[in-house]
Amino acid sequence: MWIVAPLICGLIFGTGLLVSGMVQPAKVLGFLDIFGAWDPSLAVVMAAALAVATPGFMLARQRAGPVLAGRYFWPGKSDIDMPLLLGAGLFGVGWGLVGLCPGPALESVATLSPGVIVFVATMAGGMILHDRWQSSRPAVRHDEPARVADG
Amino acid sequence: MANFTPVSAAIGGALIGLSAVLLMLLTGRIAGISGIFAGLLDVRSDDKGWRIAFIAGLMLVPVVAGWIGFGMAAPKLPANWIVIAMAGLLVGFGTRLGGGCTSGHGICGIGRLSARSIAATVVFMATAIVTVAITRHVLGG
Repeated sequence: MWIVAPLICGLIFGTGLLVSGMVQPAKVLGFLDIFGAWDPSLAVVMAAALAVATPGFMLARQRAGPVLAGRYFWPGKSDIDMPLLLGAGLFGVGWGLVGLCPGPALESVATLSPGVIVFVATMAGGMILHDRWQSSRPAVRHDEPARVADG
Repeated sequence: MANFTPVSAAIGGALIGLSAVLLMLLTGRIAGISGIFAGLLDVRSDDKGWRIAFIAGLMLVPVVAGWIGFGMAAPKLPANWIVIAMAGLLVGFGTRLGGGCTSGHGICGIGRLSARSIAATVVFMATAIVTVAITRHVLGG
């Protein structure tokens, strides 16, 4: 049952977010608040994640393909373009406003907090809005569905 | 730095990195949460199975943690619903336009040494820091 693999990966990812405290917006905002009582924890989370992911991805690249699927779906783009910078900029503003990014937001749905449900619903709305807008623009990035995005 | 929790941050971070590596090694997919979630919303997408499984795993964690005595507190969010909705829209639209979020660019992308993801991470960190500086220190929220 190959479907067990992504389920276990989701469990490990969620455990990492929970253990590190990154599911709590207060912790994330404490990192972003460099002019206040700064909390560097998020930087340690990223450093530790990269310490595992960077050699792990190098190892993956040395294999012909993944264990349970036909091929690797490595992101294809390498150019730094305007949509990338503008999109990242808008994402950062939303992230800074409440301290939630997509992973912790989806994990927090389990708490049934009304605020989280509003956040996830409007986040889904923003994604759908973007994808509709892109597919309504002829010939511009029209053939790029979600699965070839960076992450 | 009274709130600094380096040990739990390092353990949690290592688990996040491990999840990203396992997902790639086993299924060939990038553990970018915004991309995984957006693929569920895309009616044309025909690879929803692994996406549902990954997000189900993510959402099950607080439930299982509650069973074994580590219940997760509901996140503290701003009282203003308009701010929450605005933030949700910006995060949704921005992560699609920019092709990723904290996990896809910040961990998987930088982990692949992608200049594109490093640029995205610098930009979203910068605008998030400026946003917090304005809301906490200029507007005094």
